[in-house]
Amino acid sequence: MTRTVLRAAAVPLASVVLGLVLGAALIAVQGHSVTTAYGALVLGGAGDADALLRTLQKATPLVFGGLAVAFAFKAGLFNIGGQGQLLVGAAFAAGVGFGLEGVPLVVHLPLALLVGAAAGAAWGAIAGVLKATSGAHEVIVTIMLNFVAGNLTDWLAANPWQDRSGSNIIARTPLVKPSAEIPTWGWLPAGFVLAALAAFACWFVLERTTYGFEVRSVGANRHAARYAGISVGWIMASTMAVAGLLAGLGGAIESLGVDGRFEAGVNVGLGFEGITIALLARTNPIAVIPAGLLVGLMEAGAAKMQFESGVAPEIIDVIQALILLFVAAPLIVRWLLRLRDTDDRRLTLGAGWGR
Amino acid sequence: MAAAAETVVSQAEPEVLLAGHGITKRFGPVVANDDVSVELRPGRILALLGENGAGKSTLVNVLFGLHRPDAGQVVIADEHMELSSPHDAIARGVGMVHQHFQLVPPMSVVRNIVLGAEPRKLGMIDVAQARRRVMDLADRFGLGVDPDAAVEDLPVGAQQRVEILKALYRDARVLIADEPTAVLTPQETDHLLDVLRGLTAQGVGIVFITHKLREVMAAADDIVVLREGKVVGTTTPAQTSEAALAELMVGRAVDLHGDRFESGATGVGSAVSTAAAPSDEAPIAEAGERPVVLDIAGLCTDDDRGQRAVDELSLTVRAGEIVGVAGVEGNGQRELVEAITGLRHATAGTVSISDRDASGARPRQVTVIGVGHIPEDRAKHGLIGSYSVADNSVLNRYFKRPFAAGGMLRRDRIDSHARDVVATFDVRTPDVESPADSLSGGNKQKLIVGREFADEIDLLIAAQPTRGIDIGAIEFIWRRIRERRDEGTAVLLVSAELDEVLALSDRVAVMYEGRIVATVDPRSATREEIGLLMAGATPTTPA
Repeated sequence: MTRTVLRAAAVPLASVVLGLVLGAALIAVQGHSVTTAYGALVLGGAGDADALLRTLQKATPLVFGGLAVAFAFKAGLFNIGGQGQLLVGAAFAAGVGFGLEGVPLVVHLPLALLVGAAAGAAWGAIAGVLKATSGAHEVIVTIMLNFVAGNLTDWLAANPWQDRSGSNIIARTPLVKPSAEIPTWGWLPAGFVLAALAAFACWFVLERTTYGFEVRSVGANRHAARYAGISVGWIMASTMAVAGLLAGLGGAIESLGVDGRFEAGVNVGLGFEGITIALLARTNPIAVIPAGLLVGLMEAGAAKMQFESGVAPEIIDVIQALILLFVAAPLIVRWLLRLRDTDDRRLTLGAGWGR
Repeated sequence: MAAAAETVVSQAEPEVLLAGHGITKRFGPVVANDDVSVELRPGRILALLGENGAGKSTLVNVLFGLHRPDAGQVVIADEHMELSSPHDAIARGVGMVHQHFQLVPPMSVVRNIVLGAEPRKLGMIDVAQARRRVMDLADRFGLGVDPDAAVEDLPVGAQQRVEILKALYRDARVLIADEPTAVLTPQETDHLLDVLRGLTAQGVGIVFITHKLREVMAAADDIVVLREGKVVGTTTPAQTSEAALAELMVGRAVDLHGDRFESGATGVGSAVSTAAAPSDEAPIAEAGERPVVLDIAGLCTDDDRGQRAVDELSLTVRAGEIVGVAGVEGNGQRELVEAITGLRHATAGTVSISDRDASGARPRQVTVIGVGHIPEDRAKHGLIGSYSVADNSVLNRYFKRPFAAGGMLRRDRIDSHARDVVATFDVRTPDVESPADSLSGGNKQKLIVGREFADEIDLLIAAQPTRGIDIGAIEFIWRRIRERRDEGTAVLLVSAELDEVLALSDRVAVMYEGRIVATVDPRSATREEIGLLMAGATPTTPA
């Protein structure tokens, strides 16, 4: 068990190390101290309760975005639409959060989360249904829906749902009511707990339920799945809805737990980082948690790093990109580390002989 | 290239056209060839016989320059060679006729043949000269083809002649033919064997890879039998028999009941009737009284290109009988099976299974009615390669009790079921957690058969149930299918191997261009009669 986990984690771990090493080289070339910079990065991300809170808050939408990609991937679908799904989730959760008044927390908060999740699910389902019924490629459709979602939520924040208080001219909603706020317990935001629970739930559904068996079958061999009596169209549509639900929930927690409202342009990019997270986790739902924490920590600590060492925070984006590059091109890492190929690969290479 | 090869032709006749001396080839821990020596002389047909995985293809790939041997030497035309790629072998007059044709379907026969070695004039292809040279070659070797036809319009047998001409055009003195008869009707096979013998009369040497003993006995001059990468026998047809060859291939005596090996080149039908095992006789006598399990009436369906593939087909299968569908591949058998099992939409007609209407049923409904389906393509439909043996053992029944309850998979039940299947069906695997991809072809197939047989079924649809697997596994699967029949299951067998259809079936339905053109009794019909029907000849005995 430990061996298999280690083997599966070898490439991502090595990629992280390689990314950090190259990042250190870039910092050194600019004449900054690597130890100061990385030290500040870690302290800024995990040095005290505040830092930890920041990291966990940053990690929450990353975990949800990563799950949205990883779950769809199990059915063989590449969900590029995490961004759009997250935006509609954030906007509609905020809508419920500020729009309802005089409702107790036990009703208001779950309702707001649910509406955000449902909005994301609906957004994801569009691509899934189109794929199932017409064969429209989910990559194209989800990319386009990202633009639609961006403009739709911008319009909502600038027009019907705009905060009219005082002299506000920013495209944003009013603050959500206290009864819709997600609580934070010291350094632990409740949203992160939800993210971790969601990751375990994804794992459980995929590995332990008949539905998960169907999802994985469609992803592993669509033809065999049909033979097995699985409705491939239903699985595609429903998987994309689940993926959208996860991203939407991530967006809802951003609005209700971190920002306190929905503001146009604030959440841009969060959904796309889900792709990085999912790849770093090799689409394993449980591994999405540490992957999200790692990236969350780097983003949370970037400001302190800049303050103490003068390194531009953009270096974090470069390191992330390098890590992603190494994860996506495992051959480079295997060659660098002289890692043995997994059994599967060797089998594939050897399958041509003696037929 | 042509110029280089011509010098080879003009040389004095070599003593040895092609040989491997002490060839050893390893793939990781697997020794695919272990000190193998073979020799081909001019005008001879050398048959390489062996089961799948015996190392036949590896050996010819070494001789053709696709693999470098770890030890041993390759000799072409009396010269020791270091082949770095197939180009070296081709330049020395070695041609390969691949099992899967290497042709460009929309291009004409002439263009396919000269492709890569075109005669040129002023930098353009000299079409007239190309055509003339192709025609000359075809005449000289008796390989009749229409030079201007598009390859995609030709029947398979003619496409194969184009492949052969392609090699001869490059002045091949040696032809390596990899399972050349796998896709042919019996008539086309006989024609091919005639063509090959005609080539040897002109000094060409032929390496003929096969696992069909009948063809080896009919065509080969020399026979080399490989098993587990080693040469286990070198003989000639005169010195051996099909039974002796089968034993050499498998390493032990083989009993296939239907006696596919002791029958001669003709008359498997008579061999079947002499194999008087009681279990073979009983179901026939009672067949008329047993209930009809599968009833197909006027079924029509289209293939993937939208062409009518099954054309108003009607067929019944009763409980306790095996109905074999014989036919050359591509005559609608695949579409027929897919239409029955719900994988393909039927455009007209009805299917009823156990008196229930199954027209337009979905695959799940067909499974639930009580149908087992051994699909034709085990990699595409039959298994999920990355899934464990355990998951594959419930691939189409995972949702049923006891494997699932309340939407939850019950791993313990699935695993114990998988262990049962593995034990009962002799699936060789280290454990049930291993991925299905790690199994050999025969073991994959046994896993599929085991899965389909483990459930209560009234109807078994077996499409190419033994394709590409070794004789030991074939024997095993045939026995299981017969047992199932004897227990009262209706079996629809679809196979491109006429021998298999004849060996197993109680009735043989011959399929041609989407229709059943005749139903014959395998005891009285000969291979030749059925072969003619498969090729579309009008039946002399009405169905």
